[in-house]
Amino acid sequence: MNTDYEVLIVGGGPAGLAAGLYSARARRRTLLLERGIHGGQIATAGPVENYPGFPDGIEGPELAERMLQQAIKFGMEIEYAPVSGIKLEGGLKVLSTDYGEYPAPAVILAGGSDYIKLGVPGEAELTGKGVSYCATCDGAFFKDQEVAVVGGGNSALDEGLFLTKFVSRLTVIHRRDQLRAEKILQERAFAHPKVRFIWDTAAEEVLGRDQVTGLRLRNLKTGLRSDLPCQGLFVYIGHRPNTVYLKDLVELDEQGFIITDAVMGTGVAGLYAAGDIRHDSARQLATAAGDGVTAAIEAEHYLTELAARQGGLTPKALAPGR
Amino acid sequence: MAQPVEVGDKDFEQRVLQSALPVLVDFWAPWCGPCRMVAPIVAELAGEYEGRVDFTKLNVDDNPRVAATYGIRSIPTLLIFKGGKPVRQVVGFQPKAQLKKHLEEALV
Repeated sequence: MNTDYEVLIVGGGPAGLAAGLYSARARRRTLLLERGIHGGQIATAGPVENYPGFPDGIEGPELAERMLQQAIKFGMEIEYAPVSGIKLEGGLKVLSTDYGEYPAPAVILAGGSDYIKLGVPGEAELTGKGVSYCATCDGAFFKDQEVAVVGGGNSALDEGLFLTKFVSRLTVIHRRDQLRAEKILQERAFAHPKVRFIWDTAAEEVLGRDQVTGLRLRNLKTGLRSDLPCQGLFVYIGHRPNTVYLKDLVELDEQGFIITDAVMGTGVAGLYAAGDIRHDSARQLATAAGDGVTAAIEAEHYLTELAARQGGLTPKALAPGR
Repeated sequence: MAQPVEVGDKDFEQRVLQSALPVLVDFWAPWCGPCRMVAPIVAELAGEYEGRVDFTKLNVDDNPRVAATYGIRSIPTLLIFKGGKPVRQVVGFQPKAQLKKHLEEALV
């Protein structure tokens, strides 16, 4: 295994891939570690309409693939391994994975976040049997059926509107009486003949034995319960970062997101966080990419200063020809 | 290296249910992004488990009967069959190490 990297990036979503592109172009030996699919959340997204430069939109997986190829073209390497730990050894940060340890002076944490499950009875048992977290993957299985979406943000409406291509009726269930989603998505959803909303309501249980048959709902204002018959349930109630392994090293907020300064610093020299994993993130594709770029530039500054302090002997200078 | 073999409604009985070896079926569709990313991992595993497990893939668009029989409503879904019966179901993308664990447990 090559352990001679200068920049390690944890997570291959837009933040990590943008960071990888910049680090590779700075001619730093750069390795990105991805636990699953490169592209992060856009790997399972439908058409991306809000990333500048694509007036007709671009499919999420295609954009992910292009971002990866662009970074690889300039020399970034990628390995598919989940990172489960980090420790500081001298000036190095050492990441542990199932396949061994990776040390480097600079590390960019861009692991993003996982979707939050409802955590109600029936959800786990019926996942893959009507409960889904990916409309673009599973929407086509619900042709002419009644489907519910739980959530009120961009993902809920974006994916919900995608589902209208297939389903006979879409019911959006939201805890509050207004949505967080972009206004343009709200306009489309409100105007769509297949879409209706149930406000101030939470899903308490997913009903069904072998397949989803409905949802038990509770109105949060009146406390009244009701059952909504449906064959599918798509859950988009937000995300939680995967930062448990970082809690002793960097400052996290109550939900586990990493607190950074304005240039992605975590407080540990040479350790940066970028994208949705950050407390201040706007959780958008473009801001994640921007975070990644900022982090890579800061990492570059750090490596340059480190080399100056060590008398100009950078790892790069020791290994010419790379 | 062994590559997953396409199976469908017509030959599912013969290739999967009557197989002497355990069979992994990768339910996929061309429009499913994560399916495209699972495919190379499944192909690698097909090589590693050659002679122990048959690897197949089934396009759910072209073969709705099998997909409906097993209640597939989410892809990618991997089903592992032993003696004609599904013994394990893996829904959604999972890293290679996780898939190996499922295979090993199913093989016991």
